[in-house]
Amino acid sequence: MRKCPPERLIDENGRRVDGRLPDEMRALRIEAGVLRNADGSAYVELGNNKVIAAVYGPREVIPRHDALPDRAVLRCKYTMLPFSVEERKSPQPSRREIELSKVIREALAPAIFLSEYPRTAIEVYIHILEADGGTRTASITAGAVALADAGIAMKDLVAAIAVGKIGDLLVLDINGVEDRYGDGDMPIAMMPSRGEITLLQADGVFTPQELEDALALAQKAIQKIYAEQIRALKSKYEAVKEGE
Amino acid sequence: MQIYVKDRQIVIPGEAIGEQGKIRIEGQVFKVGKKFYSKVLGVVTLNEDAKILKVIPLKGKYFPVEGHIVVGKIIDVGFTSWDVDINSPYTAVLPVSEVTSKPVTISRTDLSKILDVGDLILAKVISFDLSKDPLLTIKESKLGKIPRGVLVEIPPQKIPRLIGKKGSMISLIKDSLGIEVIVGQNGRIVIVGDDPYRVELAVLAIRKVETEAHTAGLTDRVRKFLEERLRA
Repeated sequence: MRKCPPERLIDENGRRVDGRLPDEMRALRIEAGVLRNADGSAYVELGNNKVIAAVYGPREVIPRHDALPDRAVLRCKYTMLPFSVEERKSPQPSRREIELSKVIREALAPAIFLSEYPRTAIEVYIHILEADGGTRTASITAGAVALADAGIAMKDLVAAIAVGKIGDLLVLDINGVEDRYGDGDMPIAMMPSRGEITLLQADGVFTPQELEDALALAQKAIQKIYAEQIRALKSKYEAVKEGE
Repeated sequence: MQIYVKDRQIVIPGEAIGEQGKIRIEGQVFKVGKKFYSKVLGVVTLNEDAKILKVIPLKGKYFPVEGHIVVGKIIDVGFTSWDVDINSPYTAVLPVSEVTSKPVTISRTDLSKILDVGDLILAKVISFDLSKDPLLTIKESKLGKIPRGVLVEIPPQKIPRLIGKKGSMISLIKDSLGIEVIVGQNGRIVIVGDDPYRVELAVLAIRKVETEAHTAGLTDRVRKFLEERLRA
C-alpha cells in the first residue's frame, strides 16, 4: 500500500506520476465476446484497470411484477472484486458500488432502444478485476461493447473517459494516485457519433472555461476509445472472413 | 443520395448506412433526418439489381412472428394449456384446443399424457404482439411432437443462411447425408438420422454455417466439407 502521497503529481518536465503528458490517455485494449455463456460480453483494459462486462437478455423479468408493459427494464450491477484494490475490499455491495451501478445504468440507457423489448429485462453485470482510477468510465466503455455484442438494438455505442485537475492543469484520464491527491475528477460519457453526453459528473472546483476545455479534451479521447470499440466488435467477425 | 457501406460489410450500432434515395434501406436501421443508421451489430447485404439494402443482425434473441414454425420445449403443463419455451424472452402458450380436435374432458384426462414436460414440439406461431404472450398451434400437418433426434441451437438470425436461397443449403445437408433436418425459425434445429456419424457431420456443418454465416460462397464450402468428410 502507498503510505505517503507522492511529492509532486507533475514533475519539472510536465510529466505525470506515470510518465504521461497531461493530454495523454493510458493504453487501452478492448475485446468483445470473451464469455461463452453470456449473450454478450466485453473485456476492457485501461492502464491498470481491468474490467469485464457481461450482458444477458432481453430475457424474462424476475420478479415478474417488475416488468414494464412498454419497454425493457435495464439493470446494471457494478461490482469490485475483493482482490481489485490494494487492501481487501469486502464483497458486500458498498454504497459506492450501488451508486455507480445507477450511474452506469443511466449512462447506457439513452443509447438503447428499450421500447423494442417490452416486458423483458436487459441485465449488465460489470466486474472490476483490478482498479486504478477511472473504473466507472472503463465500465461504461465495456458495458456498451457488451450490449452491442449481445445484438441489442442501440442508437450508438457509449464511450467514457475522466478528466482530472492537478493544481490549475487539466489532465486526461487520471489514475488512482491522481484521483486521490489531485484537485478534481470529471468523468464524461458520450455517444461518440451523435455527440450526445450521457454522463457528466464532477468533484472539485472547475471554472466555466475549464469545463469547456475538459469537454474538448474528453471528446478527443472518446473518439479514440470509440475507434477501439469498433475494432473490437468488428475484428471478431472479420477474422472469420480472412481465415477461410 | 449516397450509400456509405459495401456489400457484406460488418456494421456497428450507430454506423451511418446511407441516405434516402433510389436504394431502399431496410432491416435493423433507424432514420434521423434523411440518413439511415444501423441499430445493431450486423452485416449489410446490398442487392444492386433489386435496389434493396438490408442490415441483418449477427446475434440476438428470437422474437416470435405470426406464421413462424418453431421448435419448442414443454416447460409446464397446466389444466387447459401447456407453457412452451421457444428460445425467446416470451414464454409461449399452447392451448388444448390447438392440440387436438377431439373433445378432451379436463377433469378426466391428464394433459401430461398428451405432452409432458421436456417434450419437443414443432409448432406454428398463430398470434403474437408485444403485449401478449405468443400463442402456438400444432394442429396442422407436419406439426406436433418430435419423438427423437439431436437438438442444435444457433442464433435465430442465422436460420435464413442455414436454409439458403430457395432452401439450397439445407437440402444440400439433407441430401448428401440422407438424414432429416427439422429447422425452427427460433434457432433450434433437430437432426433425425440413424447413423450417428452422419448426424454428427450434420451438426458440424450447421456449426460451420453458424460461424461463417456472414461470408460469401458458403454453400460451396459446406459442400466441399461434407464431401471430404464422407470420403474419409
